[in-house]
Amino acid sequence: MKKKFACEVDCANCAAKLEDAIKKVEGVQDATVNFLTQKLTLVAEESEFDAVLEKVVKEAKRIEPDTVITI
Amino acid sequence: MNKKMKKTRNRIIVTLIIFFAVFVLDKVGILNNIGISEPVRLVLYVIPYLIIGYDVLKKAFTHIIRGQAFDESFLMAVATIAAFAIGEFPEATAVMLFYQIGELFQSYAVGKSRASITEMMSIAPEYANLEKDGTIEEVDPEDVEIDDVIVIRAGEKVPLDGVVTEGESFLNTAALTGENVPRRVTVGDEVISGCVNDKGTLKVRVTKGYEDSTVAKILELVENAATRKAKVEKFITRFARWYTPVVTIGAALLAIIPPIILGGGFASWIHRACIFLIVSCPCALVISVPLGFFGGIGAASKMGVLVKGGNFLEAIAETTTIVFDKTGTLTKGEFKVTKILPDNEKGLSEGDILEIAAIGESMSDHPIAQSIREAYGKTIDSNRVKDAKEEAGHGLSAVVDGKQIFLGNRALLAARGIGAPEHSENGTIVYVAADGLYVGAIVISDIIKDGASEAIKKMKSVGIRKTVMLTGDRRETAQNVAREIGIDDVHAELLPADKVSEVEKLLETKEKYEKLAFVGDGINDAPVLMRSDVGIAMGSLGSDAAIEAADIVLMDDDIRKIASVVKIGRKTMRIVKENITFALAVKFAVIILGALGLANMWEAVFGDVGVTVIAILNSMRALRVKD
Repeated sequence: MKKKFACEVDCANCAAKLEDAIKKVEGVQDATVNFLTQKLTLVAEESEFDAVLEKVVKEAKRIEPDTVITI
Repeated sequence: MNKKMKKTRNRIIVTLIIFFAVFVLDKVGILNNIGISEPVRLVLYVIPYLIIGYDVLKKAFTHIIRGQAFDESFLMAVATIAAFAIGEFPEATAVMLFYQIGELFQSYAVGKSRASITEMMSIAPEYANLEKDGTIEEVDPEDVEIDDVIVIRAGEKVPLDGVVTEGESFLNTAALTGENVPRRVTVGDEVISGCVNDKGTLKVRVTKGYEDSTVAKILELVENAATRKAKVEKFITRFARWYTPVVTIGAALLAIIPPIILGGGFASWIHRACIFLIVSCPCALVISVPLGFFGGIGAASKMGVLVKGGNFLEAIAETTTIVFDKTGTLTKGEFKVTKILPDNEKGLSEGDILEIAAIGESMSDHPIAQSIREAYGKTIDSNRVKDAKEEAGHGLSAVVDGKQIFLGNRALLAARGIGAPEHSENGTIVYVAADGLYVGAIVISDIIKDGASEAIKKMKSVGIRKTVMLTGDRRETAQNVAREIGIDDVHAELLPADKVSEVEKLLETKEKYEKLAFVGDGINDAPVLMRSDVGIAMGSLGSDAAIEAADIVLMDDDIRKIASVVKIGRKTMRIVKENITFALAVKFAVIILGALGLANMWEAVFGDVGVTVIAILNSMRALRVKD
């Protein structure tokens, strides 16, 4: 399943770092953080999507405390 | 400006006032004269420093705790604290201040270009007027279901794809195709979301949910374009991952080793190390590259050309060979009778020949038969034809008004012992024989698209070196079309599968750094579109197959726009390369001068935020289109 979320990131480099980190989260099949459109696109298995999303939000907070992901 | 930016702006103003007051009093010696001691002087500088930099310090602190060292705020915090430590108070505060000013300007500029691109893509409908039980309600387009009826008033956007059930109007497709041509629609016609209703009120039965409608597909495509990264973009992200740690380690070594080896004070070397830290942020590089591509893709979509990713914009900029499919791309794909050649000795007129052929072909649904009947134009009495028999690939035989006739190629007539002169007209030639004698021929050809030769000329003028046409048609016909349009090379009489191998041969012969583009109508050339470096398809407004298979979609099928896309691609690449060169050159210059002790912190701040801002401004040029 693929879903998009509004994702506030401060700088282009932060977005790149965030994308890298989210891709490494367990259960994430693919992820992109688009700095220009301020959007996070997340691909994960439908059955565990919510759990993966929770982990992703946590990881995002760890990497970039300023990140705001609107679910 | 959003709330966050306004807050930063206010902090900047307050800090500027306090900082300048302290700085002036300090420099003219007043602080010294009224007997202010060094620790108090430090406090006076630390106050504005904290006002402007507390969030950076906080962020740096949380990052260290979480083991995220090489982060921008961390580097700024270390650089400024080190500057305080070696007694460079004004510099420390100023670096933080200018860093924040730069950051504010950067987010402002990015927001601006983001807004202008969103505006360009403002085809997204905000609402739909849903009709239910005689009342009309404004709803979110996503809540409308298939077979619901929506009402579109004059001046409103078509929110979803559907079929007109009531009313008639003109639709403006400018937002989708970049061209201001109104299209007339009436009951039974399909309407496509993203168009604007120019005149009357329309009632439309929705045929596709919002997710599958044209507008949503296009928006998704442009948004996702950023995920298909160009080579330069990948390179820069990799580079940035190494650059910051390397420069930071360089800074640490510079602060420690030279003083130990050469002796003397640490202060001057720490100062140099601070300069390293300030320029070690890669943001100028990381932001300017995708922003340039985003601008280029935005500029293309403004013209009605969808580019599916930065990588394709990069590839089209390097394209030197363009291969075309003939039918549907260079020609309209509509067959028409273009000439009737009566045999002079038999005394039949053009009309007679056409009549015989039209009646003879009246039972056939072959495209050639259809075009002959269309040219004849009158209703046909089916009692006048008997015994119509098709001979696949050759033509047909029939009895018309009691006469045995043959319609088809020369071979068909020759097989019956009927001789006919060979014609070399452009197109398909139908030879007509009646009562055992050749009486004339009908020439049917595909019509060359308006502007096809202009399109080829434009491509040549932007530096496309080779144009090739592939077709399943007869060699002479193909060559005539190619000559008329100005195509360099023709491969005719190809089967669909041959097209892929022809493109593969062309791919092998070209230089590695050169790219090959294939242009097709997207209907049955998906394999070729995928095999070539850049697949360009005709979008024909709403043709899903084409949008899916291609890398670049021409929304209004106008191949003249290919040359403009090549230009946009080249311009974007130039801007991106300028940014990379400029940012790296300034950063390395500051690093070298800093290491030698020839640069100060002010120059380092320019090397960081100044360069970023200039690179962003340069990237925004990619948005502008010139024809």
